[in-house]
Amino acid sequence: MVRLSMCASGKYSSRGPALIPRMKTKHRIYYITLFSVVLLGLIATGMFQFWPHSIESTADWGLDRRSVHDAPLIRLPVANPIPERGDLSCRMHTCFDVYRCGYNPKNRIKVYIYPLQRFVDEVGVPISSTGLSREYNDLLSAISDSEFYTDDVTRACLFVPSIDVLNQNSLRIRETAQALAMLPRWDKGMNHLLFNMLPGGPPDYNTALDVPRDRALLAGGGFSTWTYRQGYDVSIPVYSPLSADVELPERQPGPRRYFILSSQTAIHREYRAELERLKEENGEALLLLDKCSNLSQGVASARKRCYKGQVFDYPQILQESSFCVVLRGARLGQATLSDVLQAGCVPVILADSYILPFSEVLDWKRASVVIPEEKLPEMYTILKSIPHRQVEEMQRQARWFWDAYFSSMKAIGMTTLQIINDRIYPYAARTYEQWNNPPLVKWSSVNSPLFLPLIPPRSPGFTAVVLTYDRIESLFRVITEISKVPSLAKLLVVWNNQNKSPPEGEKKFKCPECTAIDGLSLDQTHMVERSECINKFASVFGTMPLKVVEHRADPVLYKDDFPEKLKSFPNIGSL
Amino acid sequence: MQAKKRYLILLSAGTCLVLLFYFGGVQLPSSGRNRHDRSHNGYRPDQPWPHFSDPLQQFLLWDQPDTEEYNIHISPRQKRDVNTSVYKGKRCRMDSCFDFSACKRNDFKVYVYPQQKGEKISESYQNILSIVEGSRFYTTDPGQACLFILSLDTLDRDSLSPQYVHNLKTKVQNLHLWNNGRNHLIFNLYSGTWPDYTEDLGFDIGQAMLAKASISTEIFRPNFDVSIPLFSKEHPRTGGDRGYLKYNSIPPFRKYMLVFKGKRYLTGIGSDTRNALYHVHNQEDVVLLTTCKHGKDWQKHKDARCEKDNAEYDKYDYREMLHNSTFCLVPRGRRLGSFRFLEALQAACVPVMLSNGWELPFSEIINWNTAAVIGDERLLLQIPSTVRSIHQDKILALRQQTQFLWEAYFSSVEKIVLTTLEIIQDRVLQQESRSTLMWNSHPGGLFALPQYSAHLGDFPFYYATLGIKPYPKFTAVIHAVTPLVSQSQPILKLLVSVAKSQYCAQIIVLWNCDKPLPAKHRWPATSVPVIVIEGENKVMSSRFLPYETIVTDAVLSLDEDTVLSTTEVDFAFTVWQSFPERLVGYPARSHFWDSNKERWGYTSKWTNDYSMVLTGAAIYHRYYHFLYTNFLPASLKGMVDQLANCEDILMNFLVSAVTKLPPIKVTQKKQYKETMMGQVSLAPPHNLSLWIFRQTCMNKFASWFGGMPLVHSQMRLDPVLFKDQVSILRKKYRDIERL
Repeated sequence: MVRLSMCASGKYSSRGPALIPRMKTKHRIYYITLFSVVLLGLIATGMFQFWPHSIESTADWGLDRRSVHDAPLIRLPVANPIPERGDLSCRMHTCFDVYRCGYNPKNRIKVYIYPLQRFVDEVGVPISSTGLSREYNDLLSAISDSEFYTDDVTRACLFVPSIDVLNQNSLRIRETAQALAMLPRWDKGMNHLLFNMLPGGPPDYNTALDVPRDRALLAGGGFSTWTYRQGYDVSIPVYSPLSADVELPERQPGPRRYFILSSQTAIHREYRAELERLKEENGEALLLLDKCSNLSQGVASARKRCYKGQVFDYPQILQESSFCVVLRGARLGQATLSDVLQAGCVPVILADSYILPFSEVLDWKRASVVIPEEKLPEMYTILKSIPHRQVEEMQRQARWFWDAYFSSMKAIGMTTLQIINDRIYPYAARTYEQWNNPPLVKWSSVNSPLFLPLIPPRSPGFTAVVLTYDRIESLFRVITEISKVPSLAKLLVVWNNQNKSPPEGEKKFKCPECTAIDGLSLDQTHMVERSECINKFASVFGTMPLKVVEHRADPVLYKDDFPEKLKSFPNIGSL
Repeated sequence: MQAKKRYLILLSAGTCLVLLFYFGGVQLPSSGRNRHDRSHNGYRPDQPWPHFSDPLQQFLLWDQPDTEEYNIHISPRQKRDVNTSVYKGKRCRMDSCFDFSACKRNDFKVYVYPQQKGEKISESYQNILSIVEGSRFYTTDPGQACLFILSLDTLDRDSLSPQYVHNLKTKVQNLHLWNNGRNHLIFNLYSGTWPDYTEDLGFDIGQAMLAKASISTEIFRPNFDVSIPLFSKEHPRTGGDRGYLKYNSIPPFRKYMLVFKGKRYLTGIGSDTRNALYHVHNQEDVVLLTTCKHGKDWQKHKDARCEKDNAEYDKYDYREMLHNSTFCLVPRGRRLGSFRFLEALQAACVPVMLSNGWELPFSEIINWNTAAVIGDERLLLQIPSTVRSIHQDKILALRQQTQFLWEAYFSSVEKIVLTTLEIIQDRVLQQESRSTLMWNSHPGGLFALPQYSAHLGDFPFYYATLGIKPYPKFTAVIHAVTPLVSQSQPILKLLVSVAKSQYCAQIIVLWNCDKPLPAKHRWPATSVPVIVIEGENKVMSSRFLPYETIVTDAVLSLDEDTVLSTTEVDFAFTVWQSFPERLVGYPARSHFWDSNKERWGYTSKWTNDYSMVLTGAAIYHRYYHFLYTNFLPASLKGMVDQLANCEDILMNFLVSAVTKLPPIKVTQKKQYKETMMGQVSLAPPHNLSLWIFRQTCMNKFASWFGGMPLVHSQMRLDPVLFKDQVSILRKKYRDIERL
C-alpha cells in the first residue's frame, strides 16, 4: 500500500497529466469496475506475500520424506547436444564468470544445487546404473545445510548438478554429457562444479572424468599433472566407505610394531614382487598383507586382510605400523589413502604424477612421504633416514588431515568449496596455518603480529602513557623525569579519577604513601588481590600464557668499572 | 475535472499494479531469503536438497578396485614409459622431460656452457652466469651436471631490442650437449614484440625448462617452468637494498590507500585495464595516474582524456606516492609482469595485482595471498572497496610479509637466481625438500636447507610457530690446539666446570692439535660423556662441522683456554632457550665503518654497543654448524683455514645474515681467556698482526655477503637480581657477581 501511494503521487506530479486522455462520463462505470478489480488484485497479491510460508513449509515437510523415485523423469532425445570435452587451458580468469559471485561483505560464494531429476534415454534406460549414490546424497545434503547454499538460482555463483558422476564406471558417458548440457543454467558449463572420485575406465584409465563437460570445474580424485588444471580444478580424495563404518581412536604418535605395512589388495604383480623382495630383505619390519582367499567378496572381506593364513582386522591393523604404503592402482587416487590417514599411519605414496588431494592448500610434505615408483626398491632405506621426531609429527599431521578433510563426504565437499571460495576472494583466504596446523599446534603456537625482525630506529621515539589516580606529587615527579628523555615524542596522562578533576597548573598534594612504594614492603592484601587476578585471567585464557625468564636487559657497560661519562646510559641502577 | 483526477489515480494504480506483479514475479523464486530470515528465529531452515532417506547404493562397490586391477595387463613400468614419450613440448613435466638419473649420482650440480668468443652477452645475463659459477651448485664437468645453463644470452627475446641475439636457433642446435634441451634451464625476461607480445622465444627450446618473467598460466608448465620476477639492468648483483619498512606503525594506514603511476597504452594489447583506471581515481586517497606521453607518435593516437590525464600525472611524485601508500596497484602492461611489482614489494606497499593470467613470481613456493592482494581485471571497479575492507591486522601482516619476501628472494639478482635453482633442486631431491612453511616464513628457503633435516623442529626458526621448545640440554664442543702436558692446563678446569652444568648432555673435545691424542685417563672423570674427535685436516673450520655426535639442539662452543664457571654456563644456556636462533655468548666485539679508509673496522674496545660475540664462549643452535659448512663458499672457509683465524667473525656474519638481528651478550664478563686476564682492555689487542687479519677478514666477508649483515646491540642480559642490593643468598646466579 505504501508502494502504491508513492507510485501514484509520483506519477501524478511528474508525467500524469500528459498521459490522461479525455474520457466520456459513460465510461466512468467501466473505470470504476477496473479500479475495483485492480484493488482486489492488490489485496490478493498482499495476501500472497504473507500467506504462502505455511503452505510452502508443509510442502517441504513432504519433500523430506520424498524418495529418489519421486524425482521427475527426463527423457533425453538422441540428438541432444553434447558438451565439448573440457578445455585444458581453462583458468578462473578465462572460464569462470566472476560477475556471478559479486562483491559481498561475507566474502562467501553462493552455491546452488539443481533439483534431482532422473535422466533416461529414448528407450527409457537410465544414464547411470546406480543413480544417486549414498555418498553424493550426503555431499549435496551437506552443501545444502552449509552457509554456502542458496536456493536462488539467480544469485548463485556456483552450480552443482544433482547428476551423480562420482564413479565413472556406473555412467553412460554420452548420455550423462547430454544430461549436463540440458541443465537450465549450463551455459557451456560456466561456474558448474562436478564431483568425481573414480575417473577413467578400462583399458587406459584416464586420470580425469571422461564425460565431456565444457568449461565445468572438476573436483576430481586421481588427477595427474597432465589433466589437472592448476588453479581451476580441485584435487579431492577418493572417499573410503570404511570411514563411516569404522571408528579408529586416535593413537599417540610414536614407534609402532611394524615399520612398513602394505595393505592394498589390488597391487600389480610387478609391484607386489618388488614388495616381496623388500620383505625378504628386511623381515619383520615389513608386513605385506593381501586379500584373504577363503572369504567371499563383500563387506566382510573388505574388513579382513591376510598374511600366510594369518588373519588381520582391517583397517585396525594400519594402526600397528609407522608407515603405510599407498601404491597407485589402475587409477592414481586410492581410497586406501583415507584409511591410512585415519589410522594415523604415515602414508608412503607411490603414484608418479599424482596430484595429491587438496594439494592447493595442504602441505603434504608434513604428513606423507612421496617416493617415485621406480624407487620402490629403495623405500626401506629412504624411510629409515627420516628422523623419529619427524615421523611422529607426520603421524599427528596425517590423522589431522583425515579428521578435518577426509573423514566424511561433508568434509570433502566443504573443503572443496572453501578452496574455490579462497580463489574468488583471495584477500579473505584461509591461511596456511589455518589449513595445516592441527588444533594442538594452533593452540600452543605463538605467532606474533609483529613477526618481521626489525630493529626500529630511535627517531619516531616513544609515547609515555602515565596512569594516575590522585597522587599528584608523584605524577609530577614522573613527568619531570620522563620529559628529560630525548626520545620522548609525546606524554599522555590518563586521569583515572571520577571524583576529582585533573589539576590545572601546579598544585601541591601531600602524598604520604608515595614514598612507601618499594618492591618488598607492599602490603599483603595487595598481593593477594593480584594473585587472584592472575588466577582469574589464567582460567579465562585456559592456560598460563606468562613465561618465566631469569634474565633482564642491562646496557652493555652496566656497572662496569669504566668512566661513567663514556657510558650511553650512565644512571641506570642509581635509583 | 473531478473525473479527470479519478482517472488519473486509476491509471496510476494500474501502472503500479503492473509494476507490482513484475516485482512480485521476480521475488517469487527468491523466497529463499525469507527462509533464511526465519532460520534466525530458531526455525530450522527447510532442506531444499531433500536428504533422501531411501537405501541408496554406495558409489564404490567393495570389489570394484580388485576386479579392475586384475583386468589390466599393462605393466606400470610400461605405462610410465608411455607417459614420458607422450607428454613433450607444451605438456612437459619433470616426469616426462627431465632426466633424474643425471642428478642421482652427484647431488644437484649445475653446468654453465663456456662462453664463446664473439658472442655478446648482456650485463644482466653475465651477472646470472657469474652467480651460478660462484654458487655451491656449480660444476665445470658436464658429466657431473644435473642442470645445464646456456652461455647464449636468452634474456631479451624481443626482436626489436638491441640485446636480441640472432640465429639463436642454429646456435643452440649446434651445442653438442644440448640433447634437445633436456635438463637445460633457459632464463628469459622479455619475449615477443610489438604489437602482440607473444611469449614465443624465437627458437625451439625442446625439453628445456623456462625461468621466465611475465609468464602466463597458459604457457606455464606447473612444477616444470619457474616464474621469475622482471628485474631491471640496475638490479644489484648481490646483497641488495633492504626493504623500506623501518618500523611498524599502528594503525597501519598511510596517506594514500591505493596508488599507481604509469604509462597508458592507447592501442593494442594490455591497454584495457590501464585505460579504465581513471574511473577509480578519486584525487584523494585513491590516486591512479596514467600518461599518454611515451613512444614516438603518441600524439597521433591520443584520445580525449590524454591532456587531462597527463596534467594530473605530472602533479604527483612517484616516489612520494610509493612510500606513502598502503596499497600499490600493479596492473599489467604490455606484458603481464611489470617493474612496479618489485618496486611496490620493496617499498612495503602491498601490491594489488591486476594482471589476469600472470603466473606470479616463484608461485610454486610463495603463497602470495600473504603479501599481496590478487585482484581480477574484470573487477577493477570493486578494487577500492575490496582494499578498504581489508582489516588493519591483515594490512600489518601483508606489509611485513612484503619485506620478508623482498629480502629473502628478490632484493638481488643473486637471490633470484639462487631461488630458481633451489626450487629445481627441491623437485629433484623430492624427499629432501622444503615445506611451504620454510619458504614462506623467516628466514626463508635460501637459509633453511632441507638437507639438514626433514623435521621443522630441528631448525632454530620454527619453535614458536609449532608451539614447541628446543631440547633443554647442550653439547659442549671444546676446540683443543695445544698438547695436554700438565694437569693444571685451563682445558681441564674448563672441562670440569662445564661438565658440572645441569644442562650439559655431553662434551666433545675437538683435537685439532698436531700432537697425538692424549690417553683416556688423562681426561678428568666427569658425570657426562666426554667424546674426543680428531679434527679433520686440523683446520679451523672443522670446529663448525655438523658432527653427528652432537645430539642436542644447543652447542656450547669453547676455546681450550676459555675460563668459564658452571654458573656462567648455566645462565648463558637459560638465556639461549629464550633466543634459540641467535648467538648467545660472553666476549663481545664490535664493527664500525672507517670512513677514512673506506672499509670496515674491527674493535675489541669497551664500547656502548657490540655486534659480535666470540665463539670461544658462546651458545648457539647446532643448525649453524650445518649452515656454516654447507652454505658458505669454499673461498671464505679456505681463507679462515689459511689464517687459522676469523672463524668466529664468519660465524657471526652468518648468523646475523640469517636472523637480521644482533647476537646476545650475557653478563658483565669481558675477558674470557687466561692469557687475556690482567691486560688493560682499552689497549689494542696484544697481537697487532692478528688484529689486522681480522680487519681483512671482515671486509672480505662483507663483500661476499653483498653488504654488512652485522647489527649492533646496546643490550646485555644479566641475571634478574644482578648487582641489586639484596642479599647475595637470594640470588640464583650469585657466582657471576663474584668474578
